[in-house]
Amino acid sequence: MADLGVDLGFLKLRNPVLTASGTFGYGTEFLPFLDLAALGGIVVKGLYYGPREGNPPPRLVETASGLINAIGLQGVGVEHFVADVLPELRKHDTAVIVNVCGSTEEEYHQVIEFLDRHEGIAAYELNISCPNVKLNGACPAMDPWTTKTIVAEAKRRSRRPLIAKLTPNVTSIADIARAAEDGGADGVSLINTLLAMAVDLETRRPKLGNVLGGLSGPAIKPVALRMTYQVAQAVRIPVIGMGGICTGRDALEFMLVGAAAVQVGTASFVEPEAAVRIAREIGEYCDAHGLARASDIVGTLKTGR
Amino acid sequence: MRHEPAARIIHKESWNDFHLLRLGSPILAEEAAPGRFLMVRTSDGFDPLLRRPISLHDAGSGWVEIFFRVAGRGTALLAEKKKGESVDCLGPLGNGYRLDGFGKKKTAWLVGGGRGIAPLFFLGRVLLAAGARVRVFYGGKTAAEIPLVDKFERAGLTAAISTDDGTAGFAGFVTALVERELQDGKPDGLFVCGPDPMMERLGRLAFERGLPAQLSLEAIMGCGFGACWGCVHKIKKDDAGKWRKICEDGPVFSAGEILWEEA
Repeated sequence: MADLGVDLGFLKLRNPVLTASGTFGYGTEFLPFLDLAALGGIVVKGLYYGPREGNPPPRLVETASGLINAIGLQGVGVEHFVADVLPELRKHDTAVIVNVCGSTEEEYHQVIEFLDRHEGIAAYELNISCPNVKLNGACPAMDPWTTKTIVAEAKRRSRRPLIAKLTPNVTSIADIARAAEDGGADGVSLINTLLAMAVDLETRRPKLGNVLGGLSGPAIKPVALRMTYQVAQAVRIPVIGMGGICTGRDALEFMLVGAAAVQVGTASFVEPEAAVRIAREIGEYCDAHGLARASDIVGTLKTGR
Repeated sequence: MRHEPAARIIHKESWNDFHLLRLGSPILAEEAAPGRFLMVRTSDGFDPLLRRPISLHDAGSGWVEIFFRVAGRGTALLAEKKKGESVDCLGPLGNGYRLDGFGKKKTAWLVGGGRGIAPLFFLGRVLLAAGARVRVFYGGKTAAEIPLVDKFERAGLTAAISTDDGTAGFAGFVTALVERELQDGKPDGLFVCGPDPMMERLGRLAFERGLPAQLSLEAIMGCGFGACWGCVHKIKKDDAGKWRKICEDGPVFSAGEILWEEA
């Protein structure tokens, strides 16, 4: 059996498969379906400092092999998370990564400073890329200078490793990734959802309460793969790839183009055990192809003749 | 809540766009209750991507039934499934109708519109078995869209029917039929499932008249088990309206806690 372990430098994972924030709740929702210890780790739903109400419904639209969501980061806030969720997660031997949100720069710091006082968190994923929050889908990770500044200020305050989660809704994601690296990010994860919309031709109304949303699912995989490739070429810090991963082969494609680890997102809605199955399928591929370590495939894409 | 990757179809009935599947599955049957639902996968791959939430139509020893109407590509694919094939389901999910106190000498009115009739068969059977007096109100657009009337009759559940076009029973919305019948006396409880406008109308009516009512809400769901936060409705909580998950906090809510203005 191949060794599936991943060393990100700042964090060791049992296998390359993490669950993507926003698609795995706070983790506890999936306990009826899988053993969290069978995962590389989990990234919990984005946390603002306080509870947050989110967007008016409808919040979801299904599209061709895809899903547009405009949840609006409804959530419980850090105090509830630490009091009620984290103790439950700590019973399971898995890396818990918290997706950190902020509607202001100060709020990112408040969330980090609060969580830093509690044990059981392996790293932070700085959500500078959620397209639903601000008007017209704008977010900090659309601008290199803002990205660098926010990452640097968050990193300075954090006692834990920091992964910057990037948006695909930019002209050059490699530039943003380099800015995150310059700001001191320990790693980057990508892609967040693609800004999207759907309309009803009969009612002539948008299908989402928020008008705009973020597209995820298998529909975005080729775009996500391309961006993961570009970012892996551009930075030296570990890259965590995601976007439409549904199978072990999907995950391995992201690793082939340079991702050290992957996140499984929308697939978990459809098949709650998807992330565990994908980790198993990575092992099966390695065994069938004589790979001693899954990480041996990372960045081995042959582009020359 | 369990994942049943292969529930075998052991019986199937179809009426035009409406379909009933009986699924052999002890693990789904074990936690079945009226008002709870399944998340049903409609393809083996990821297109259509999401499972479809479908309420339990009935359950027995080792089996559950779903009744649904073809509304798009997902349900059309599900409708193509034949007896002997299997269906991937999660469930039973959500909180069903609360039946405490609905025993002998209690009167329950069950009001279903269109495919919303689905959970009321299971509910009616359970209420009858508990000794309650049950009246069913079953509305559809036209006579061809109320296929379960005979099935209700056979189970001892007499249904007062309505059609929007007057081709069968009372001519008009089922809400109007219920309002008319309320003039002759109130039940101890109203149990409703149907399109939103119908439920809003009956929910408001029940609330105004101090009539206990339970409504089963419907929404597009991403997961069905509380992880995606996609299926919210505004629910009164500590005197304030909050977006609550239909899949996890519902799908059945009492009329008094549902806020309609902002839905």
